[in-house]
Amino acid sequence: MPRKAQTSHSTRQQPRRGTGPRVGPLAARLSDVRQLDTEALISDPSVRIIVCCGSGGVGKTTTSAALALRAAERGRKVVVLTIDPARRLAQSMGLTQLDNHPRPVVGVDDTAGGSLDAMMLDMKRTFDDVVQSHATPAKAEQILSNPFYQALSSSFAGTQEYMAMEKLGQLHAEAVKSGRWDLIVVDTPPSRSALDFLDAPDRLSSFLDGRLIRILLAPARGPAKLLSFGVSMVTNTVSKVLGGQMLRDVQTFVAALDTVFGGFRARADMTYQLLKDDQTAFIVVASPDDDALREAAFFVERLASDGMPLAGLVLNRVATSPAPGISAQAALAAAEQLDTDNALTSALLRLHAERLARVSRERTLRRRFASAHPTVATATVAALASDVHDLDSLREVGELMSA
Amino acid sequence: MTEPGGSSSEVRLHIVTGKGGTGKTTVSAALALALAAGGRRVLLCEVEGRQGIASLFDVAPLPYEERRIAVGSEGGEVLALAIDTEAALLEYLDMFYRLGRAGKVLDRFGVIDFATTVAPGVRDVLLTGKVYEATGRVENGSPAYDAVILDAPPTGRIGNFLNVNTEVAGIAKVGPIRKQADSIMRLLRSDSTLVHFVTFLEEMPVQETLDAIEELAGIGLPVGNVIVNSARQSGLPTEQIDAAAARELDAATIEVALKEAGVKSTEAVVAGLMQIGHEHAERMKLETEQLRQLADAGRPIVSLPYLADGVDLGALYDLAEQLSESDLF
Repeated sequence: MPRKAQTSHSTRQQPRRGTGPRVGPLAARLSDVRQLDTEALISDPSVRIIVCCGSGGVGKTTTSAALALRAAERGRKVVVLTIDPARRLAQSMGLTQLDNHPRPVVGVDDTAGGSLDAMMLDMKRTFDDVVQSHATPAKAEQILSNPFYQALSSSFAGTQEYMAMEKLGQLHAEAVKSGRWDLIVVDTPPSRSALDFLDAPDRLSSFLDGRLIRILLAPARGPAKLLSFGVSMVTNTVSKVLGGQMLRDVQTFVAALDTVFGGFRARADMTYQLLKDDQTAFIVVASPDDDALREAAFFVERLASDGMPLAGLVLNRVATSPAPGISAQAALAAAEQLDTDNALTSALLRLHAERLARVSRERTLRRRFASAHPTVATATVAALASDVHDLDSLREVGELMSA
Repeated sequence: MTEPGGSSSEVRLHIVTGKGGTGKTTVSAALALALAAGGRRVLLCEVEGRQGIASLFDVAPLPYEERRIAVGSEGGEVLALAIDTEAALLEYLDMFYRLGRAGKVLDRFGVIDFATTVAPGVRDVLLTGKVYEATGRVENGSPAYDAVILDAPPTGRIGNFLNVNTEVAGIAKVGPIRKQADSIMRLLRSDSTLVHFVTFLEEMPVQETLDAIEELAGIGLPVGNVIVNSARQSGLPTEQIDAAAARELDAATIEVALKEAGVKSTEAVVAGLMQIGHEHAERMKLETEQLRQLADAGRPIVSLPYLADGVDLGALYDLAEQLSESDLF
């Protein structure tokens, strides 16, 4: 089991009376929640991979980019792999060409000796590269032109997740070989299936060793002499449902991939081990609302069940109250009294009450999460009034995250 | 194509998309409640296995079975369905090929897993296929549902998801999957369907909405309304917005007013209120600018308010009311 996971488990097993995290419904206090020290994380030279996961719209790409920038300006040699950045954020990082290779980000403070490269994932090209590096040129050509492969590599809903991990493997190999980077920050696709890559080795193995493949390969490998009732029924049904032409395409595709698959699976296994390794840290990103925290809980549990090293939770856009000392009730009462005479102050008091309601609601949600997941260290990032789309605002986010 | 705006009564399938985290599920549910008013029967579907509907209505996780989750006025009702790919495939095989027992055999051979996770496009054909079936279903001589609402995948994936035809075209030129895809596509492109977009008035969701509207229009899918979710109310007097944004509100005025209202008026309180005013004004300016950009898309826009206390069942009915009053659905 990885070191970091052990640390967090041992905290759970031996809570110190009075100061340890309380386990149980509604027992958690926010002050008991362990602080996620992002500063220590990005400064720890033994941490070489940071994977950010979470549902869509929680600021995952921003978190990845902000961590990467901050690490680079602290002297790390960083590459950040983003999946689908907002246009202006992409532009600010120089990600205007999609060539599937990391490019240096301009405007990074390199006085501490660090550097920042960034790239956007091109899933089809990454898939093509995998095929080309594992097959003979003739075989690769055959695969790349197969209609089934073309659909699979450009539109299949799970391909992006697999390819993000494949690219991580490639970047890691290059980092080890050339020393160009000492920290890789990875953004993951915005879906629940973002963690599907954890299943990739298993799924590939069961698929490869599965009977379906053998059945599909049977005609390609020679006359099928001894087809049992079950087998012939399967081929008949597949042919009936998919259509004969599609079945033939699948057969040629599978036959062509057969030679490539071994390497493919070995890589998936290697990436899986890499993710489990001590040098990796997972960060689950969420925003303080029901949906995002429920998804965050799903991610936390999924990572734990695979023994993946979870560093903690980054909670973005957390509401804060800048005006101390007036309760929501008092503010609303005062606003009521002032309504006609002083529209400005009355409006400000109402906004203040609204803000307090939001702060309180978010605290309830966070407490609920902390009760269910008492060992998850958390860093909160206060909400910004405007969008994040340049290096300066990324620095601000990085600052808030480590505050 | 249907002209949205009031006269959309022949629209029977409402597809709701939007950037992740903008409240697709909330808006889909509110729309379902709105359309169920007046004794109508509405089906609300989700396809991503997240059980968002169940959690919103605070009921147990939904099975692959249409269940009543809410009632409207005058006997109207909302049923919900979580569409699961594997179950949809088995049902499909059973319906068209009468493969009761064979389905299990297929499962043993890994065919189900293959078809639902590995084979590109098949998954989406199955998911949209179930929606297609429910929309067209006839019971006792009339449609089983007056309207079907699909809580669809996010904007980033909506083009691929709905364009099932093209998605399978490369791999299935003929055959039953292709035929099924063609029928689905006919429904999606018809006057019976509208695709609505949920967005926040923030840069990324608005940009994604505009991109997706263009993409869907490009593939001939009927773009419906834009639903702005969590729109801030302009709390500040209009003439004070600029001053608030520039942090130039008059501290003395606020201080005097606070004293008048009997509120403890320290320097920190005044500064804090001015900070809140500043943040609110910045937000309003951002929202105004984003709304202007959205308007350029030329689609009807309806705004739902920001709810500081979150969304509970009561709030859901309020949102439904506002959607009804817009006369756009």
